[in-house]
Amino acid sequence: MHSTANSLTVTDLSFAYPNGHEVLDGLSLSVHSGERVALLGPNGAGKTTFALHLNGVLELQRGSINVNDIPLNEENLGEIRRRVGMVFQNADDQLFMPSVREDVAFGPANLGLDKAQQAERVAEALAAVDASDFAERTPHHLSGGEKRRVAIATVLAMHPDLLVLDEPTSGLDPAGRRELTNLLKSLPLTQLIITHDLPLALELCPRSVIISGGRVVADGPTEELLSDTQLLAQHRLELPYGFSPVVAGPAT
Amino acid sequence: MAGAHRHLLLHTDSPLHRIAPEAKIVGTFLFAVGVALTPRRAVWAFAIDAVVVLSLLAIAGYRPRQALTRFAAVLPFVAFAVFIPFIAGGDKTDLFGLSLSTEGLWASWNVIAKSVLGTGASLILAGTTPISEVVRGLGRLRMPPIVVSIVAFMFRYLDLIVEEMGRMRVAMTARGHDPRWLWQAKPIASAAGAMFVRSYERGERVHSAMLARGFSGTMPQMEHEPASPTDWARSLTPPVVSISLALVALIIL
Amino acid sequence: MLLALHAPDGFLSAPVAFATAFISVVIVGAALRQSGRELKDKQVPLAGIAAAFIFAAQMFNFPVASGTTGHLLGGALAAILLGPATGALVVTIVVVVQALLFADGGLSALGYNVLNMAIVTSFGGYAVFLLARKLMPRNAGGIVGAAGLAAAASVVLSAMAFSVEWLFGATAPIDFDNVFTAMVGVHLLIGVGEGLISALAIGAVLASRPDLVYGVRDLKRSTFADRTPVPMRTFVAGGILAAVVMATVVSQFAVDSPDGLETVAEDTGFADQATDHALDSSIFADYATTGVANESVSLAIAGFSGGAISLAVGYGLFLTMGPRRRSESRETATV
Ligand SMILES: Nc1ncnc2c1ncn2[C@@H]1O[C@H](COP(=O)(O)OP(=O)(O)OP(=O)(O)O)[C@@H](O)[C@H]1O
Ligand SMILES: [Mg+2]
Repeated sequence: MHSTANSLTVTDLSFAYPNGHEVLDGLSLSVHSGERVALLGPNGAGKTTFALHLNGVLELQRGSINVNDIPLNEENLGEIRRRVGMVFQNADDQLFMPSVREDVAFGPANLGLDKAQQAERVAEALAAVDASDFAERTPHHLSGGEKRRVAIATVLAMHPDLLVLDEPTSGLDPAGRRELTNLLKSLPLTQLIITHDLPLALELCPRSVIISGGRVVADGPTEELLSDTQLLAQHRLELPYGFSPVVAGPAT
Repeated sequence: MAGAHRHLLLHTDSPLHRIAPEAKIVGTFLFAVGVALTPRRAVWAFAIDAVVVLSLLAIAGYRPRQALTRFAAVLPFVAFAVFIPFIAGGDKTDLFGLSLSTEGLWASWNVIAKSVLGTGASLILAGTTPISEVVRGLGRLRMPPIVVSIVAFMFRYLDLIVEEMGRMRVAMTARGHDPRWLWQAKPIASAAGAMFVRSYERGERVHSAMLARGFSGTMPQMEHEPASPTDWARSLTPPVVSISLALVALIIL
Repeated sequence: MLLALHAPDGFLSAPVAFATAFISVVIVGAALRQSGRELKDKQVPLAGIAAAFIFAAQMFNFPVASGTTGHLLGGALAAILLGPATGALVVTIVVVVQALLFADGGLSALGYNVLNMAIVTSFGGYAVFLLARKLMPRNAGGIVGAAGLAAAASVVLSAMAFSVEWLFGATAPIDFDNVFTAMVGVHLLIGVGEGLISALAIGAVLASRPDLVYGVRDLKRSTFADRTPVPMRTFVAGGILAAVVMATVVSQFAVDSPDGLETVAEDTGFADQATDHALDSSIFADYATTGVANESVSLAIAGFSGGAISLAVGYGLFLTMGPRRRSESRETATV
């Protein structure tokens, strides 16, 4: 493995919430540039907690994080936040401005871009998620799927190197899920997709990582992991009824 | 529960929709001030103000029924005014076989006339201005940024909280909770507390989301077209009318 | 409730509307400066969400007695949770937005509505909260009790403030004493509800996130571990007892006044006014209606209630904005 091509390197990350709850326990993981990796694991495994570390929302307690060989620390925080685009588990937490346009412009404005550049970024990001039509609408009144797409646009507008999505398909109808899958496929970015949707992992991500009890318990080709019924059962993961990873075939 | 507080925007287009929000906000306020200054006995002045309000409601695109239902929402607030003639002192007037206080009747008329006109003004503003525009207008009126941000966040999360409270209500009712007396209110109160914690934790998550997109403490100022002189001229016409009427009435009465 | 404190347009005379608007702008301006210092960037979204919460809470009807309902004002609750300055600011924003876009309360009545519903409730309520805390045990039960008293008192203070404003800006010949008794009487009842709901709400927040309660920043977390649950019955009994005591005190003033106040008003105030049309129709006519009519009694009561309100509000203002600033230890624990 050539470490220069690593988009993300996490080493020995441990974290406890202030109430003493230990959530991450020596987690290590690296993701290559351009790779799409699924992060699987039961409820409460620490996936969201892990994701919140990736752009410094939660402070490092132990271990280290490198994004494109830049270490995450106080000094590089701004740069890391630009490079890592976080799409939150609940889109309502992410979309807080009065209109979609302003919400997408929020990140670029914080980067210090001027109005013309901001407008350009907004147009481009909304076009990428096929949401140009809702620019003037209020985020609250969008449907779940539309919200999710706009949430992705808000981070695309920052031109990130790494996209981290926390349960991007939860609450979407099958058509919405399909649109989102196609969208993610079309984005030429390194992606870390946290999900409970195992077929989605299989379709999008050649590689999967299972987190359980705050550490990585399995890391390998998605098709292989999903075929290991014992491993899945051990970590409270279940394929949908009648779904066979072998028949469905791996990601392309 | 939430019905009366839903935003009242009319999803149509009208010349009023196109006026810059800051001009409309100022115009609405000043119009209400003019009405408030008008002496109660200047019935003709209120009549002219009413013509202004009705025309603007029509221009805004309100259908009569729609406007009436929205006016009805303020009834509880003026209901007290109806009692004034019964409890006020002073000379009495016989009306419908009742002996009512003359001054009280005028006071009652004063409150009802002024609040109906004020409500009309606020309906015109609310009907033609999306919330996001209102927030922008406040910003352009040089309201302190902290106030503008609080208003923006408030609107963003109001509906979510109301809906969540509604769901909690339904969940309680579904399990047979039908409070009639104060001491049965405990579940509601605890729910309110839980709601606060939930709202607050949501605030923390929102803050994380802002940090994740490079927020460093100040909200970026979003550019938009300032109000044109025509916008100001249009918005200030109704207040010029109501204030002039008030002054004329004060002089001649 | 009929006498919700969202007063409509034209309820008080124009001079009083302007005067209260001036007072409100000055105090909210000071609160703004204070909360600008208190709110870290993190707390701006939180304050906005708290505003949404108070807005929604004002739609939260609670039962008072069979069939009748009241709704929360939330000023004291906001002050205890966010601090009086931010609390007043947040409730002011709610009141202004309600008037501007939802026609809840008149636009020209904003001066007195903000003063009564946001400023008096937040600063007055917070002052009562701090006083009550001194009398109560330093544990969760004591805090919850103090919050309840403060919230109940804030509603009554608000009603008293309205009555005092009526003294100066009456728009109808109704005696100050009657307005005072009616307003305070009705709001005692609402106040009991406000107190109960606020107390329980604070209790719920203390149970899960005590770090979010501004009013207990000086206490250690372990303090709240000691939770002796107060039975609902005791709560209501206490509230009603407090209400009865207050009602007795208030009605004492009405009883003390010579009977036939209305006759006096008719004889002196309105007999004159009725003949003087020029004065009657001027905006200043209302100014002197009842206040002058029964000077001695009105002034005594006005002095009492005005004093109580200013003391409470002043104490609240002093505690938060005065030089005796406390150290900041409000950064929340998580994230
Ligand atoms: N702010 C917090 N304070 C204390 N504990 C927390 C906090 N947030 C999460 N936890 C705890 O940390 C653990 C991991 O939570 P996390 O949200 O990271 O799980 P997750 O893997 O994302 O689960 P899910 O699949 O349900 O989203 C859980 O046990 C949770 O209760
Ligand atoms: Mg999660």
